[in-house]
This record gives sequence, structure tokens and C-alpha cells, in this order.
Amino acid sequence: MTIAGAPAVSTTAGRPLLGGRRLPLDWIGTVPFLAYVAVFLFLPTVIVLGGSVFDANGSLTLVNFSHLSRVYIVKATIQTIGLSAFTAVVGAILGALVAYAIAVGNPQGLLRRLTLSVSGVLAQFGGVTLAFAFIATIGPAGFVYLWLAQHHADIYARSTWLFELPGLALVYLYFQIPLMVLVFLPALDGIKPQWREATESLGGGTWHYWRYVAGPLLAPAFLGATLLLFANSFSAYATANALINQGQPVISQQINGALSGEVGSFEPGFAKAIAVEMVIIVTLVTVLYSLLQRRTSRWLQ
Amino acid sequence: MAAVRGGFQRSKRLKLQVFRTVVLLAAGIFFLVPIGAMFEFSTRGVGDKPRTLEAWQSIGTYPDLVAAITASLELAAITTIVMLVLLAPTMVWVRLKLPGLSPIMEFVCLLPLTIPAIVLVVGLAPIYNWMGNNFSDSILTLSFAYVVLVLPYAYRSLEAGLAAIDVKTLSEAARSLGAGWLTVMWRIIVPNISSAILNSAFLSVALVLGEYTIANNLLYNNLQVEIAFLGRANAGVSIAVAVASLVFAFVILVLLSFFNRGRGRLQLADLQQVMRTERG
Repeated sequence: MTIAGAPAVSTTAGRPLLGGRRLPLDWIGTVPFLAYVAVFLFLPTVIVLGGSVFDANGSLTLVNFSHLSRVYIVKATIQTIGLSAFTAVVGAILGALVAYAIAVGNPQGLLRRLTLSVSGVLAQFGGVTLAFAFIATIGPAGFVYLWLAQHHADIYARSTWLFELPGLALVYLYFQIPLMVLVFLPALDGIKPQWREATESLGGGTWHYWRYVAGPLLAPAFLGATLLLFANSFSAYATANALINQGQPVISQQINGALSGEVGSFEPGFAKAIAVEMVIIVTLVTVLYSLLQRRTSRWLQ
Repeated sequence: MAAVRGGFQRSKRLKLQVFRTVVLLAAGIFFLVPIGAMFEFSTRGVGDKPRTLEAWQSIGTYPDLVAAITASLELAAITTIVMLVLLAPTMVWVRLKLPGLSPIMEFVCLLPLTIPAIVLVVGLAPIYNWMGNNFSDSILTLSFAYVVLVLPYAYRSLEAGLAAIDVKTLSEAARSLGAGWLTVMWRIIVPNISSAILNSAFLSVALVLGEYTIANNLLYNNLQVEIAFLGRANAGVSIAVAVASLVFAFVILVLLSFFNRGRGRLQLADLQQVMRTERG
């Protein structure tokens, strides 16, 4: 990963810095930055990758990865994928509805600007604050819960699901929906009114328009955004950790567990293997996303 | 989507109006009620007592909390300064002298977006361990990691600012009039990209104040870690602080949109991604 320095030397043909010396020294200007990035970005990456395949004695091993088959890790992985898929799909559908409601309005209108600004404000919601906001709303002391309880509707009749996976899914939607609005709105704006008119003049109705024109055009953008939402929720940690104290149902919490040794044992090599698993999944999803994004931008210019 | 405004039958337009109202109303409720609930919760009196600002007033009586707030504010300042000193001159330098390097520069700066913070912290742990033994274990060392987290947003914002001016012509003109590189940087480039610099500074402050993952895993008590910890003992105070930090972030956002009139404007998507990093 430290390739950055090499081409710097060969591609510099700038003015000589000192007097008449012809040695290309321009790359020296980038040294502080590259050194910093090498220590605090590349080195951690190398530590994660290397530490996952080497044991304490420095010999190659796959034992860390074999631990990934432990029951609780497999369970956490499946749960996280399920949670991410659910919040991605539901968030994408609801977000697309909101985006559509904005897109059909006046493009210069107050409502549109307001909604986008509110999304920006919501963007400041850190994970911990977000968890507390929901605890204050529908937690066992939250006013919505108390109000419902007064009206004989106990939403926690079966279990306090806010502090379990279903609650996490609800809280995640709070950031998934605005993200979908921001990502999907440009695609909706790219749909040209002429296409609708062309459909109408050829005798097509609303169904035909969505099924054969707008639908297929928007599908890659929609799928791509859904994948982005998936990666977004898959790599989240703060919200889950602030909301759920027991069981560590999310894979990012398992990293914390293996790293801190609070639950189970201190296993830094294993933490790295889980980290690599996460990176692989996120990278796969991101690559698919960028492929779909490229396809979208071909149509919606 | 002007298509739909094209004017067909009345009923269709009415249906669309109803759809819009229902969707936006439902979204409004879902997104605004939790914020209101936090205000409500933090002003609640004990038992049957009336509304009170007790939780807000007692913020100062928690020494750990005050220490965490101070640490987070210091971290925000240090991170912003280190980021600017490290990134801005390098970006100008690459633009002027090493244009071939700019794709690599971009790749490196955007790389942290693809690495979840929880993954980064696994690799940072041994480094911080070593630093703690040989150098310093102060909470302020967290800014080293935070600069990396801020890189993508700062890069984008500075890049937009630099793209809007002609760095080469400006600096060559200044150089031919006898200015040194420091003068060029400080008196020519910086004033011309001041709004981009402010943008990146605001983003970095917002990110640092909301950061939880790295501090939590490296066992440092910054603002968010302390809020989460306190929430288990005294939810009222904890939520009051959470609201306060939200209001503070909101003020930053307003300031940002105030300074944000020129070119190189910050995109909403950037803010959204800051949020992602904070949660990461």
C-alpha cells in the first residue's frame, strides 16, 4: 500500500527547487502527509490483514478464520446480514416514497428545501444520541410508550423489543430513510417529463409507464441505493452498542468483544479475522453498488 | 418528475396530492417525535413534580462528564488544526508540482470511507498500545485517528475550493513578485479558499464531537462514551447532554450554511456520510 512514494519520483518534471540542481525534489513536499497516512491508515490496515493470518510466533495460520465458524459468530453474522437486509429494503422503499413525494413537488419550493435541510440536520445524529432519542420516545419511560400504556396498549407485552434486534431495526430506519432520500432523489429528478408524455401519446397508462419506462430506468439506481444502505447498516456500531447491552447480537459488537475481552477471552487475532470478514462483505457490496451506479449514470444524465 | 404536473385528469392530481401529504406527514412524525421526546424526557420532574431544568443544571456537577466535554472540545480543535496543516499545503503542492499524483492522493483520502471505523480500530489498538507505553496515553492522542476519519470530507471540501480557483496562475504570479512559499500559501491560497477551509473545519468538529466507536474501543472517555455510560445511571442528565450536543451540532450546521454561499459548497451527502462515520 506504500506505492504512493514511488511514482512521485519518476513523474516529477517540475522546476528544480534549489538553485540549478536538477534532482527532482518536489516529492519531499508530500512526505509529511504520506508519512502520517502510512502510520495511521496503512499501518492499521496492514495490522488487521497481517494479524488475521499470522499467529503470535509469526507463522502463517488460518486458525483465526476457523474461529469464525463458532456458533455465536455465525449467529451474529447471520443476524447482522438479516438486520442490514431488512433495514436496507424497508429503508429503501420508504425512502423512495419520501423522495418521490418531494420530487413531484415544486423543484424550487419551500417544502423541498426544508426536507433536504432537515435531512442535513438529521445527519448530525450520532449513534449514541440516536439510541437515546428512541429510548426517550418508546423506551419503558418514554412518553409514547406511557401514553399507549394508559390506553391499554402495552407494546412490550411480549418483550422489551426496543433493546433487541427489532428495536435496532427501527432505530436504523431513522438514518436509512434520509440516506435513501438523498441518494435516490437525483435519480428521480433525472426522469424526464417527455418520457411520460411519450408513453401517454402512445396510449400507455400509469401502469405501462411505471412497468416499462420509469421502473426499468430507476431499477439500477434503486438497487444500488439499497446496497449502499446495506453497507451502511452492516458497518454500524455505535447505535447498536448504545442500545443493546446484552448478547452482542451484531457482528461489529463481536469485534469489540474479542478486542476488549469483557465477554469471553481477549483474542486480538480473532478480532482481526472478524474485521476482515466485515471488510470483505462491505467491499463486495460497495463494488456491486458502484457497478450499478455506473449503469444508472449512463441513463440519467 | 414534472411529468406528473403535465396536467391530466383532476382525480389523478388529487390522488397525488393525497399521497404526498400522507407520506410527508408520516415521515415528519417519525423523524420529529424522537427529537421532541428527548426534550420532554430531559425536562421531566421526578415522580409527580412539574417540569424542571434540573437535569440540565446538574450537568456541571458530574466531573467525569465535564472532563469528557472538555476533552471532546479539545480533540475537535486539535483534529481540525492538524487536518488543515497536514492536508491543505499537501493538496496545493500536489496541484502545483505533482499533478500526476492527484489520483493517488484522492484514492488515499477517500479510502477511510470504505473501512468501517470498527475495523480501523482493530488495527489502531496495537499502535495506541505502543504509543501509550512509549509516548503518551492522553486522550488527546485520539486526534491522530480522528484526522484519518475526517480525511475524506476535508479532502472533498478542500478539493472543491481549490478547483474553483486557479492555483497555478495565482501562485506563479505571487512567486514572480518575490513571494516565498509560505507567503503564497498563507496570503494567496488560504484567503481564496477560506469558505472551503471553514467547511472542512466544521465537518471535522461535527465528526469529532459525535465520535464514539474509536474512543469506546480504545477505552477513552470522550463525550459520546460518557453520554452512553451516564445513560445507564442517570438517563435524564445523559439525554440532556445528548440534546445539548445535538443543538450544538445544529448551530454548527446553521453557521455552515451561513458561510456556505460561495463556490465549493458543501453537499448534503457529505454531511450524511459524516453521520455514517460517526455511527460506524
